[in-house]
Amino acid sequence: MARLAIGLSVVVLTLFLAALTLGPAPIGPGESLRALVVGDAGPLSLVMREIRLPRALLAIMVGASLGLAGAAMQGYLRNPLADPGLIGVSGSAALGAVLAIQTGIAATVPLGLPFMALAGALVGVGLVLTLAGPRGSSLTLILAGIAISALAGALTSLVLNLSPNPFAANEIVFWMMGSLADRSMVHVALALPLMLLGGLMLASLGRGLNALTLGEDAAEAMGIGLMRLRLVLVFGTAAVVGAATAVAGVVGFVGLVVPHILRGFVGARPGALLWASALGGAAMVLAADIAVRVVLPDRDLKLGVLTALVGAPLFLHLIYRTRREMA
Amino acid sequence: MRQGLTGRLMGLVLGLSFAVAPAGADEPPARVVSMNLCTDQLAMLVAAPGQLHSVSYLAGDPRGSAMAEEALGYEINRGLAEEIYLMEPDLVIAGSFSTRATVAMLQRLGIPVAVFEPAYSLDEVRDRLARMGAVLGREEAAEGLIADYDRRLEALKAETGHRPSAALYYANGYTSGDRTLAGQILVAAGFENAAVAAGISSGGILPLEVLALLEPDALITGRRYPGASRSEEILDHPVVRALREERANGAITDRDWVCGTPFVLRAIEALGPLRDEIAAD
Repeated sequence: MARLAIGLSVVVLTLFLAALTLGPAPIGPGESLRALVVGDAGPLSLVMREIRLPRALLAIMVGASLGLAGAAMQGYLRNPLADPGLIGVSGSAALGAVLAIQTGIAATVPLGLPFMALAGALVGVGLVLTLAGPRGSSLTLILAGIAISALAGALTSLVLNLSPNPFAANEIVFWMMGSLADRSMVHVALALPLMLLGGLMLASLGRGLNALTLGEDAAEAMGIGLMRLRLVLVFGTAAVVGAATAVAGVVGFVGLVVPHILRGFVGARPGALLWASALGGAAMVLAADIAVRVVLPDRDLKLGVLTALVGAPLFLHLIYRTRREMA
Repeated sequence: MRQGLTGRLMGLVLGLSFAVAPAGADEPPARVVSMNLCTDQLAMLVAAPGQLHSVSYLAGDPRGSAMAEEALGYEINRGLAEEIYLMEPDLVIAGSFSTRATVAMLQRLGIPVAVFEPAYSLDEVRDRLARMGAVLGREEAAEGLIADYDRRLEALKAETGHRPSAALYYANGYTSGDRTLAGQILVAAGFENAAVAAGISSGGILPLEVLALLEPDALITGRRYPGASRSEEILDHPVVRALREERANGAITDRDWVCGTPFVLRAIEALGPLRDEIAAD
């Protein structure tokens, strides 16, 4: 277990350094890191501190949030298909964020943007859990997710199309596919408080989720309050997914792929899978964000395109396996 | 009316065999409809009174049109084939970026359509004026405008010694190089376009970090639209702010920059104070 933790941390750290040294401006790696740490009030420090550092930090934060949320949802629902993107939570968070931006709440209320995204995500999680039920089958879960995603996506497009701003309608693709281009420390500060709060809430669920693998009755017998667990899960997920979506748009499949890969390494214990998935998610989004900059540097390729290219085949594989199990 | 319709139908049949003919060669068109923001303004400048019947709805929007007030005196069209057909024009003027389907349909219906390319340089502004004069049968009016344009441009171009660098920066990190109208406005106003150093000659994305390293003397940003968008958020990025703060004067590109009309001279003129301020430092 410790080996996994160290291994994942090394991967995240390596990718973080790579993300800091790669970019459209030709700056040597040594030079760039020195400008980041020392600072000379010149343009180099500006580039490192205001452009690359926030982008790399956001990749870690967004990835960790999505990985953690995926692992927690999957542990609670005991269903490997529960990814915040797939079940419509991210989509509803995006709707909340778009409403905040277009109504001006984001510009006038401090932290208005992430809180509106949180509200959207809450509605999404709430609807999914209500529709699918606490022990919902994969089928109802995915169907509920599709319906909520479709509705949230349509409403997001509607709001953006109604905006008086001529650029807004083109941003539908950003909200659907996610991107970290041109973010700043402002966005780090926007997302961090809710991510920390939600992350701590989800991290506290480890014992409960472990107990839940034995069944609900057994878990209650072990002193786990299911009602409370459910509430903490809903709020925690909505907080981290809301904050992540508010600054980066919808980045799908991270919460599906990462827990799936890491489940074997932690002996299928949902509690341990939580922190492992947070680290793994950070690594995945960092890698994806490096890839979008290396593959098509001047095209602003969306993050969600890459994560979907990896995630969708896995999703198909999981559906296939679920079908066999159900048969 | 009846006859008009028959004529249209004849035109439809003839239009199939005849190529796109701009206005009738002998007689100037008497009822002209323009469906592009830039041809709207050129036509309003050149046309004889009563000759121009309708301009596009964009011509009445002061955010993008330098002749929004004048446009109030004309019928407004939204560039729909049906609507334009019912106006019974004897010449339609479209931009090369106007909806192709609409232009093709009008041509199939036998209405002559003159298609104008946008102007990419200050020289092309002259060409567009001349062409507008030709299609409207108003060569003399156009020549007068061109002579006036040349004279004012020459006066503005009065040689400048040191050229401070300036970058144009719009939503989504888009910039214009020197082979664009905006780039030429910049050069004519005595600046050097910083985007050229980054290898951008037409239009393209200038990554924020490349912009920061270029350290232009002046940053000229696109004007804001109402409502909010993520695309325009880049203009609030700390790096852009830092670049703008070094020069308190935050010039913006406005309606005078949009189209290749003599109004570009106003844009060049407006940059003068910024250039002088930088040169004085």
